[in-house]
Amino acid sequence: MSTHSLTKATLRAEGLPRRRAVNRLMELTAWLAAAVAVAILGVVVWSVARRGAGALDLDLLTKPPVPFDFGSTPSGLSNAFAGSLVIVGLATLMALPVGVLVAIYVNEFARPWVRTAVGLALDVLNGIPAIVIGIFVFGLFVTGHGQSGYAAAFALACLMLPLVARSTIEVLALVPGSLREASLGLGVPRWRTTLSIVLPQTVGGIVTGTVLAVARVAGETAPILFTSAIVGPQLHWDPHHALQTVPVAIFELSESPDPSDHARAWAAALVLLLFILCTSLAARRLAARSRAGIVSSR
Amino acid sequence: MSTIDRSVNVQTRQRTVPPLERLERIFQIEELGASYAGKPAVKGVTMDVYTNLVTAVIGPSGCGKSTFIRCLNRMNDLIPSFSQTGSIRYHGQDITARDVDPVAVRRNVGMVFQRPNPFPKSIYDNVAWGLKVLGLRDGLDERVERALTQAALWDEVRDRLKASALSLSGGQQQRLCIARAIAVEPDVVLMDEPASSLDPIATSAIEQLMHDLKSEYTFVIVTHNMQQAARVADMTAFFSISRGDEGTRFGELVEYESTEKIFTDPSDKRTEDYVTGRFG
Repeated sequence: MSTHSLTKATLRAEGLPRRRAVNRLMELTAWLAAAVAVAILGVVVWSVARRGAGALDLDLLTKPPVPFDFGSTPSGLSNAFAGSLVIVGLATLMALPVGVLVAIYVNEFARPWVRTAVGLALDVLNGIPAIVIGIFVFGLFVTGHGQSGYAAAFALACLMLPLVARSTIEVLALVPGSLREASLGLGVPRWRTTLSIVLPQTVGGIVTGTVLAVARVAGETAPILFTSAIVGPQLHWDPHHALQTVPVAIFELSESPDPSDHARAWAAALVLLLFILCTSLAARRLAARSRAGIVSSR
Repeated sequence: MSTIDRSVNVQTRQRTVPPLERLERIFQIEELGASYAGKPAVKGVTMDVYTNLVTAVIGPSGCGKSTFIRCLNRMNDLIPSFSQTGSIRYHGQDITARDVDPVAVRRNVGMVFQRPNPFPKSIYDNVAWGLKVLGLRDGLDERVERALTQAALWDEVRDRLKASALSLSGGQQQRLCIARAIAVEPDVVLMDEPASSLDPIATSAIEQLMHDLKSEYTFVIVTHNMQQAARVADMTAFFSISRGDEGTRFGELVEYESTEKIFTDPSDKRTEDYVTGRFG
């Protein structure tokens, strides 16, 4: 390579056209892969919306189902929406405090090796299939006691816990150490520093993680089949008994011979989808805002 | 003495340090060693810190100055790999003992850090929060005003106490941190290069306030700015980097004398090289 020649012949000799072609090809492949990912989401949303939009009305949300009616009286899935609300709400109440405490312990108090171990445990817990959690909770609470909203909420809480803990650990790690030193340097105990100085910085991040976890478990079906699926059509809110939920209702309605049931299943799926979309978007906005807040206080 | 004459123009303020035997020793440090993950940062530091004097710790980067003063309020406890040998007696009590609560030590030995680190709260709350948490609730407003006045910040912030502390300039934030530290009435105030990120005006404000407040507090200040040490300190400790076996580097105390002696008549060659600017 004695010269800095830029003539076409030299470049061809160095294989430039071929490299350029490979580059184009790889770029195109990557672009296609990205397009496929977006397209899958688009197709799912579109097909659910097309089939579900017709049956989506106020009755769906407010009226309980009327079995074996074949669409002659207005009926809905209010029992499923109520049950999902109760179960996911209870699951959040269980998973949020435990998850935040786990994160505080890991990030503020644990020794490095404990930190690694707990982090690994959270990852494994996050990877456990939902149906395994379902069987576990079935064996723990349901056999001998019967299904209940509490059992389902506990199963969902098991799925939420690693998500909440992980995201809280992440935001805690963003809080600058100088802020902790400032408080500790005054002679303020560690627990007080964590509670009054560190945690307020992370509220946005904790809310974000929780909202994402809610979006994730609201559509879980497998653990609920074991814990809260044997239900009647009545609307009730009592978690001492099994409650109908949206995913289980979709599952059951899809097996019904009645076409109006199918329409309602699609509509319920659409509501679930919209809920998850909205919460995910809200979580993103919250996350961006809380991160900006922490960074600006550095 | 020709080397010193053409050196940095260090003017030590003419001040007389009373005979050391007559001064009360607030810290008695013996054979202090500190290491991170088994790697020594400082070794064999033996010195006394005297009440109501300003003691400066100077030396090149990496000589363990910061590690040393962070030992004095057990701030290094927060670093998991940190370990320490030797003893530090504070008013006669060994603060390195296992049964001593580091929170109680820090309650008496406050600290101002290298970079201003105000809480993301209002100016008022930055000072008041510590007071409230530590139970000094009586006359809160007066205490806040006094601390801000002592830190030479009151006139600049009196009209906007509810504004965020983060809206202040760097120098103002550092003075706010000093106000926060002295508001809780510690016995000693440690300052870890408090002026390293500040402009000369803010720096001189901080030096002035150390001067004004040393009758009430004992200051220990780490600085790599020799002029600053010469301006503010009564006593100066010079740390340097030594090499041990197998090329390990660690910091050690070379010389500890009155500031005037350190800057005009150092007894160690390394001190002389450093203060005359031939090294570091």
